Amino acid sequence: MPTSLAPHIEHLLRELAPRVLGLVVRRFHDFAASEDAVQEALIAATAQWPRDGVPEEPRAWLIQVAARRLTDQVRAEAARRRREALVVSLVPPEEQLALAPDSDESAGRDDTLVLLFLCCHPALTSASAIALTLRAVGGLTTAEIAKAFLVPEATMAQRISRAKQTIKASGVPFQLPTVEERAQRLGNVLHVLYLIFSEGYTTSSGPELHRTDLSGEALRLTRMLRALLPEDGEVAGLLALMLLTDARREARTGPVGELIPLDEQDRSRWDAQAIAEGVALVTETLSKGSIGVYPVQAAIAAVHDEAPRAEDTDWPQILALYGVLMQLSDNPMVTLNHAVATAMVHGPEAGLELLKALDGDARLAGHHRLDAVRAHLLERAGDPEGAIQHYTKAAGRTTSIPERNYLLTQAARLSDARK
Amino acid sequence: MKYMMMMNTPSRGPYQVASWPRKDLEAHIQFMKDFAKKLSAAGELVAAEGLAGPDQAKLIRAGSDGRPVTDGVFPESKEFLAGYWIVDVESPERAYQLAAEASAAPGPGGKPLNLAIEVRQVMSGPPEV
Repeated sequence: MPTSLAPHIEHLLRELAPRVLGLVVRRFHDFAASEDAVQEALIAATAQWPRDGVPEEPRAWLIQVAARRLTDQVRAEAARRRREALVVSLVPPEEQLALAPDSDESAGRDDTLVLLFLCCHPALTSASAIALTLRAVGGLTTAEIAKAFLVPEATMAQRISRAKQTIKASGVPFQLPTVEERAQRLGNVLHVLYLIFSEGYTTSSGPELHRTDLSGEALRLTRMLRALLPEDGEVAGLLALMLLTDARREARTGPVGELIPLDEQDRSRWDAQAIAEGVALVTETLSKGSIGVYPVQAAIAAVHDEAPRAEDTDWPQILALYGVLMQLSDNPMVTLNHAVATAMVHGPEAGLELLKALDGDARLAGHHRLDAVRAHLLERAGDPEGAIQHYTKAAGRTTSIPERNYLLTQAARLSDARK
Repeated sequence: MKYMMMMNTPSRGPYQVASWPRKDLEAHIQFMKDFAKKLSAAGELVAAEGLAGPDQAKLIRAGSDGRPVTDGVFPESKEFLAGYWIVDVESPERAYQLAAEASAAPGPGGKPLNLAIEVRQVMSGPPEV
């Protein structure tokens, strides 16, 4: 939706998008065609509602417009196939859909969950899953998604259309997966939501540090998922992690978009409300015994966010949490962060010692983060020469412009001090 | 993640398209069109352009008054950029695979040219934990 759209209309349309789509797919049984029709209805609403006002029954309005599009489509197809005499029995979808569209609130809620599972299908590449989720569940237009990922609209349209074909070809029925399937596929859903959040939050393609529209959308979708699965600890953990990370957004960048590391951020600019919500959520989740990767990562973020000053950070607790995280996942990035926490508790030499073990890890080979961490620890250990060398090396290896600028500035600062 | 694939061609050697038989030239052009179409259909194409030949290329510098100072033409360059693609793909391996495909564009006699394609990642976000 265009940014000029009034926030309440934009909010309403994003809320309604998955519920309308869910209902239309359930009645019409064709995900791809329904998705196109609902997308057209959303675009029509963005054009008409600001001008004519929001209709009294916005959901019914959208369903009706989508149904009309589908009817046109069926009629066009019917005309093509007239000679095959197949279509006589077809009930126009507007008649199918006219059946009390608003009477089915609880089913509507489940449909959103079904949509999420469908869009984050394991048969899709993550790029396709992200695009389809943003469009079908988030209600973003193809143009908006294309803009967020800095690709031409035609490319994004192809990606979405291929994703829909893949889902069609995989023959997945439009229903909630079984309990076992759901447990497996939920991991995929959370991963896709986290990727959307990261794309918005971390250094994205191009010169701008973050795209709040995407991280905001990921937060909204994760909130929605939490409302649908309130008992799931991983979902709650991911939501808490997003809240606690997003709370620092304002303080993460300086006036010209430069990256400011955690220990140098102006903590008065952190979003206290988001931190309070995230801390409460992670506390509740952990107290219920959910020790998964997302709750533990959220717990680490909470320890950072709760320190009034950087030097007040409870590093022994963070170190212990990274210990737990290492047991949950075999990820060299976690090991790298564990080394940082070790250095904060036991001194930079202890951290540098742990980095040696990572030198042989092929998954980190040539990765700038290892050089950046080593540079930082060497500086703290009183070896500016070594630090300059590794800051420079890391700068050459990163693929993020703000991060490269930050690393080069660190190296330049040390060089200047030496003169 | 986005990658730029740059097709560099030697100014002497197999890519002297002007001297190719018409049939081979047409096959080459068709290959390039099909390749772009395929990338586009896969939702991987960000941009692709062919560049005018090096006999039109000029080097520009700002003079002491800030005005452009033009140098060149340099048709005798050893290598020149003939064209590029920017693709948005799932992995570096996929970009290498596409570059290899582009490199195999047919030359004289339909034989693959196997020109060098330089693959460079476009600056973007680092992979997440």
